[in-house]
Amino acid sequence: MSGFGFTEEQVLRYSRHIILPKIGGAGQRKLLDAKVLCVGAGGLGSPVAMYLAAAGVGTLGILDFDRVDLTNLQRQLLHDTDDVGRPKVESAAERINGINPDVNVINHDTVLNSENAFEILEPYDIVVDGTDNFPVRYLVNDATQMLGKPLVYGSIFQFDGQASVFMPGQGVPCYRCLFPEPPPPGTVPSCAEGGVFGVLPGIIGTVQAIEAIKLIIGIGEPLIGRLLLFDALDMEFTTVKLRWDPDCPVCGKHPTVTELIDYDMFCGLPSGRPPLEAEHGVATTVEA
Amino acid sequence: MPVVVKIPTILRRHVGDQPVVEGEGATLREVLEDLDRRYPGIKRSIVTDDGDLHRFVNLYVNDEDVRYLGSLDTKVEQGDTVSILPAVAGGF
Repeated sequence: MSGFGFTEEQVLRYSRHIILPKIGGAGQRKLLDAKVLCVGAGGLGSPVAMYLAAAGVGTLGILDFDRVDLTNLQRQLLHDTDDVGRPKVESAAERINGINPDVNVINHDTVLNSENAFEILEPYDIVVDGTDNFPVRYLVNDATQMLGKPLVYGSIFQFDGQASVFMPGQGVPCYRCLFPEPPPPGTVPSCAEGGVFGVLPGIIGTVQAIEAIKLIIGIGEPLIGRLLLFDALDMEFTTVKLRWDPDCPVCGKHPTVTELIDYDMFCGLPSGRPPLEAEHGVATTVEA
Repeated sequence: MPVVVKIPTILRRHVGDQPVVEGEGATLREVLEDLDRRYPGIKRSIVTDDGDLHRFVNLYVNDEDVRYLGSLDTKVEQGDTVSILPAVAGGF
């Protein structure tokens, strides 16, 4: 494979990609040169990071402030039983380099906030959202819109999942075109109450890995302007249309959100409120 | 004229755990009112006290976001599928 600068080992390692007409040596080179940030090393982040590593994405940033907990292992394949108590970025880096030592893993053992988001996201070509809460989802959406970077979105609750691709700029939808504001605290059931089917993030995270690779190589039809909905119990995939909202607070014609916002972290109900999503709505969150 | 309404996991406890229910009405609002008569509480999860859609819930008729069709006054016909999409944050 002269011209692409592969080592002999790389030619073998990526041979099944290289012989694929839509990927080939040129596509594999793009993967090796790509820089992807995975926000969250949990349920969604696990398949995202592992498949992107195996595919040969050259630089993988892993952002997570958390430590591995026994309750994570039902779904978070990046981490082993022996990793309980370790920082997730450390066990994630080990797993990634075990899969593919070509990958340069960059650990961000921190909480993403309005102060550090631009600096952390800036070096990356694509951001993959594998967070577990609304504040960081809005932060990642707003920061990628402002920096002009594609965002591969995924979210899960119990047996349901969603995925999409948000491109920056006017004319194409972002997360705020779909949900302009986070739901008010007190409208979500508690995290532990929510629960999540362990295999579900495997499906949604794998869809996110596929979309990231398609964006890097420039093939196929990414989930831009479409929202994929997955129902594990009915085993049904549906897509609905996502439209750009000219009144979107971030990517609309007259943006009202022009700097990053730290929404209050909330997960569950403030004391004294009835544990009833029907009171106010149905927005939900699931935690580690 | 019944339309099919797909119920997300989080709301299924209102409808006896059914993934799909049928509703009658000429508009989305009428369908939700019909559902609420049989499954009390479901409408409040979707519609505010002022009668608008909650901002963190989206409704689709077939694959179209009803905010771009006519919101709760969107006309529905027999055979249409209504999907309810709440904001979901989970990832871990």
